Amino acid sequence: MTDQGMRITQGQFSFLPDLTDEQIAAQVRYALGNGWAVNLEYTDDPHPRNTYWEMFGMPLFELRDPAALMAELEQCRKSFPRHYIRVTAFDSTRGWETPRMSFIVNRPQHEPGFRLVRQEVDGRQIRYTIHPYATDKPEGERYP
Amino acid sequence: MGSPATNEVREAADRYKAGVIPYKQMGYWDPDYGPKDTDLLALFRITPQPGVDADEAAAAVAGESSTATWTVVWTDRLTAADVYRAKAYRVDPVPNTGPGTQTEAQYFAYIAYDLDLFEPGSIANLTASIIGNVFGFKAVRALRLEDMRIPLAYLKTFQGPATGIVVERERLDKFGRPLLGATTKPKLGLSGRNYGRVVYEALRGGLDFVKDDENINSQPFMHWRDRFLYCMEAVNKASAATGEVKGHYLNVTAGTMEDMYERAELAKSLGSVIVMIDLVIGYTAIQSMAKWARRNDMILHLHRAGNSTYSRQKNHGMNFRVICKWMRMAGVDHIHAGTVVGKLEGDPLMIKGFYDTLRGTRVPQSLEHGLFFDQDWASLNRVMPVASGGIHAGQMHQLLHYLGEDVVLQFGGGTIGHPMGIQAGATANRVALEAMILARNEGRDYLREGPQILEQAARWCTPLKAALETWRDITFNYESTDTADYVPTPTASF
Repeated sequence: MTDQGMRITQGQFSFLPDLTDEQIAAQVRYALGNGWAVNLEYTDDPHPRNTYWEMFGMPLFELRDPAALMAELEQCRKSFPRHYIRVTAFDSTRGWETPRMSFIVNRPQHEPGFRLVRQEVDGRQIRYTIHPYATDKPEGERYP
Repeated sequence: MGSPATNEVREAADRYKAGVIPYKQMGYWDPDYGPKDTDLLALFRITPQPGVDADEAAAAVAGESSTATWTVVWTDRLTAADVYRAKAYRVDPVPNTGPGTQTEAQYFAYIAYDLDLFEPGSIANLTASIIGNVFGFKAVRALRLEDMRIPLAYLKTFQGPATGIVVERERLDKFGRPLLGATTKPKLGLSGRNYGRVVYEALRGGLDFVKDDENINSQPFMHWRDRFLYCMEAVNKASAATGEVKGHYLNVTAGTMEDMYERAELAKSLGSVIVMIDLVIGYTAIQSMAKWARRNDMILHLHRAGNSTYSRQKNHGMNFRVICKWMRMAGVDHIHAGTVVGKLEGDPLMIKGFYDTLRGTRVPQSLEHGLFFDQDWASLNRVMPVASGGIHAGQMHQLLHYLGEDVVLQFGGGTIGHPMGIQAGATANRVALEAMILARNEGRDYLREGPQILEQAARWCTPLKAALETWRDITFNYESTDTADYVPTPTASF
């Protein structure tokens, strides 16, 4: 398979073409229909272990219609046009109490990806570090 | 006529006279017994020997799986024997068996066991009673353990799944869709270097997990350390290439516990998120590994190697749903539990029963799904079922419909056998999955429209197009050997 260039594939729908706003709204509607609260989070550090992206406001617990979230998304994209932005849906049901959906709704034009750093240690073992090229620069200056 | 006290003494004296008396008269049959919330309940399918009546066969099973021996022993009288005797309290004929049918008469026997018959937190102890000597007992021609109700009080003595679905997903940062896996093929013969190639290609192409097969341990063609080192190179390289957390189930199954711990420790030190074991290592070893996994923040995958030797035939052995219960108690995070549409045994209703048992928090009785009892799981973590064996991208709508979202879909041949290569095979599966989840969430009738949804995605995804062309017509439509026997009313009739 030819490599199409780096595309971070975190989230539920990264193997599909970028979702349209209409498609995003439909997914948010599904989350709300399940009684889940949605929020937006953004980052310019896409390391797979970077759990805590910045919150663009709190989860919208009172939300009944996707329109308000879509308006928030527009704001978020305006403020952070070259960041990763994701929608997360939180389920408060006993026994879950965890995200039930997570998908990327904005990403930088160019994704430089990650360097794999190998530190050779005893025996034939290697300690691996995954390093996002973008994070060599300070926050906010990472994706031109 | 003596006083009631005198009568009791005389009855007791008769009961304990040396010799052989029917189990029913020994106190193992009590149709008036009301099971306590703390009792362990078991449902057996009994095929009595000719001439043995059903109640006596049930009493015998209760006796042989608890306190009885073949003859009366006076030493019972030194104990509170009545507490320790299991009690058969209900016997129903199995529908469509007995005179006028193709099958000899079978009965569902309900048996209650007092909690104090069992050691806390020990599957070995529980099973030594319930599936011990009794299965070789001559008075029954065949015997099958169909289901159990584990009381809350007993469940609370078990750790349960080391990680559970919730934490597994949080750790992997993967939500809202089934996870995707594949088993490295060929099963045997690849060197460590060649093996790691398969792992890298599959993960790079879009799978979340790759898996060792059950019989990949440490053989002359590939010793375990080689495999671990190359697999972790593959996992980390794929993770860097995609920005996702990836894993490979490193099989730590070995000849001794010491060897297994050594292998698990290396997996940990190399940074693996998951290790695997085979069911054949035994219940105690499984519990030990589950405790190790909890201590070391490791997901524990169980391959059910061997289960079909005793779970497949309807009249003898045990139902797989009982294994599901024991394994949830023992503490595994993943267990292979059937695909419905793939190559291995699996009636859709039965599989739903297994999946509900593994994933539910309170699972209600459902005879249709083979669940004879309500089961409250007492906050034990959920187990992630794994669907593996003869499945491919073209079945994605059916897999999602039957198995739901919290499942690992493992496409071994369906990834590695792809005409354009392993990466393409993995991509085809991932695209098919994401397209199907998107459609489901949009409210589409994805089960009916599944083929069109896939065709649509295949228009822009060549690997999916090739997968659909290769496997479109592959189905495994054989009749299941293990199906539910029930009638919708409480009393069975012929």
